[in-house]
Amino acid sequence: MTEEENPVVMELAEVCKSYPGNPPVEALRGINLVVRRGELLALVGTSGSGKSTMLNIMGALDRPTSGKLCVDGQDLNNFSDRELATLRGSRIGFIFQQFHLVAGLSVLENVSTGLLYQGVNRPLRVQEATQLLNRVGLGDRMTHLPHELSGGQQQRVAIARALMGDPAIVLADEPTGNLDSETSEEIMDLIHQLNEGGSTIVVVTHDGELAQSLPGVVTLLDGVVKSDSRTQ
Amino acid sequence: MNEVNDSSRVALSDSLRVGTLGLRTRKTRTLLTALGIAIGIAAMISVLGITSSSDAQLQAELDALGPNLLEITPGDSFTRSEVVFPPHVSDLVQRIGTVESSTAVSQVEAAVRRTEFIPEQQTGGMSVLAVEPEVFPMVDAVLSSGVFLDSSSVMVPRAVLGAKAAERLGINSSLDSPQVYIDGTYFTVVGILEPAPLAPNVDRAAMIGNEIATELYDSELDPSLVYARVSDDLLDDQRRLDETRSVIAATVLPDAPTEVSVSRPSELLAARSSTQDAFTGLLLGLGAVALLVGGVGIANVMVISVIERRTEIGLRRALGALRGHIRFQFVCESALLAALGGLGGVLLGAMITFGYAQSQGWVISIPASSLGAGFLLAVAIGSIAGLYPAARAARLDPAEAVRPRV
Repeated sequence: MTEEENPVVMELAEVCKSYPGNPPVEALRGINLVVRRGELLALVGTSGSGKSTMLNIMGALDRPTSGKLCVDGQDLNNFSDRELATLRGSRIGFIFQQFHLVAGLSVLENVSTGLLYQGVNRPLRVQEATQLLNRVGLGDRMTHLPHELSGGQQQRVAIARALMGDPAIVLADEPTGNLDSETSEEIMDLIHQLNEGGSTIVVVTHDGELAQSLPGVVTLLDGVVKSDSRTQ
Repeated sequence: MNEVNDSSRVALSDSLRVGTLGLRTRKTRTLLTALGIAIGIAAMISVLGITSSSDAQLQAELDALGPNLLEITPGDSFTRSEVVFPPHVSDLVQRIGTVESSTAVSQVEAAVRRTEFIPEQQTGGMSVLAVEPEVFPMVDAVLSSGVFLDSSSVMVPRAVLGAKAAERLGINSSLDSPQVYIDGTYFTVVGILEPAPLAPNVDRAAMIGNEIATELYDSELDPSLVYARVSDDLLDDQRRLDETRSVIAATVLPDAPTEVSVSRPSELLAARSSTQDAFTGLLLGLGAVALLVGGVGIANVMVISVIERRTEIGLRRALGALRGHIRFQFVCESALLAALGGLGGVLLGAMITFGYAQSQGWVISIPASSLGAGFLLAVAIGSIAGLYPAARAARLDPAEAVRPRV
């Protein structure tokens, strides 16, 4: 496996997550996972398999109950909430099923918001956003408002936003979940393209077929990794 | 590898841009909410402005009359009929060291009418006063037409009418030498005065010379009112002013100084103004209540806004926004919303004051400090109103907030 050569960008070691209740809900029960630079990985599982929880933990939106999460070799257990927020902003890109574009902000503004909280000045943000929008094929839609775009175009804007600041890893949560099959294919093509361009991308999905089309597939079941195509 | 830096700073211009987002995307709601604050601020500004204009008007009136005028009358109504000033009372008063000048007017037992055919009973509340020419400068009378009485016209049937008296007699100009009938004799009106708010006696009177009055009606005039001007340096010293008042009373009626009333019209006006102050306080209180309601309205709208924009908040947190960034965004939005209302309120309040003072013919005076304070008050209320919604927004769990909703 050629990926063995590449450095690890994210590592989960014995990650458990339980939610309070009676009895407590154990969403994750000892996850071990390594993501290397340049990988395009599917995280697949049925609903209730723990993939949403997994996504929250990988995105540093939530903390594991026990176990360790490392991004770029840094153990996030030692991080304060402030540091976690800053890490999310600078090292992790998010793509959501429902795009989550900010209504009332132009396409260009939406994308440049991707670096707003990193203290990057406005001209630089606009410059990078312009480049990325050209890259996702929306160079001619910069001044449009989100509601003026089709679903596929909106997701492209969200992808451009996720790529702002060249994150170590991009987490895509059901990126085609709100799109028709044709548009879904276009978006997946774009994701493949970006991966070929060097981006590390984890696609979280319940769609087994979509998962199989990606180079690596990790299957979750009841909070544990059931299979990992890369180690088989 | 990549160090995570914690210096996640956002430029103020960017913060403000983000802070206005909610206002720009929901314009109607913004305007309606700002209106609540605007009404409160406008109410307070116009109350302050109208009070201030009214005070400025009062001050202008006081300055016109001079604060050193004293009005000396025979005591209270209980004993008034028995109290009579000596005939040369003004000479007595004049001799007091701190009095600069003085003049007496006497009530003449006669009625003034337009013609002899009008029944005597219809006096219309007007009186006939016998005066010396000095009375006009004494009360700072201003002519609306004609001339004052002078040392020669006091001996012939010539009259000067106060503003109210002229109005009631239906005479508005002395140009064509109108005449009035005073108990058997026609008098030519030579002058009409402007209203003198501080000398109501003069306003309602037809004034004729002492000499002609003695000749025609009453050989022994009893002065009913003495005007005196005291030296200006007394005004800053209440004790010396009070002393002078006692001396005047004792001089005028040595046997019964307590029967003499020595009043200062400017003080009466000032007292009238201070009773207005209580009313002003009440109105200001009402304005404050309106403002409070406006503030609650803002808080309410901001809470709704936070609920509606859950995913935006979650997204911003995912993009690296700290809780502080989110909190600032919403406090900023709330403060800007109120600032908008404050600005509108200040303009509206200034316009109301301007319009009202204009309609009353007052001097227009809007304290600049009240405009600035009104605006700042609005911003302060907006910031406070935004604190709770902003704290709610900052507390949102980002993982929860970005979760897809069906």
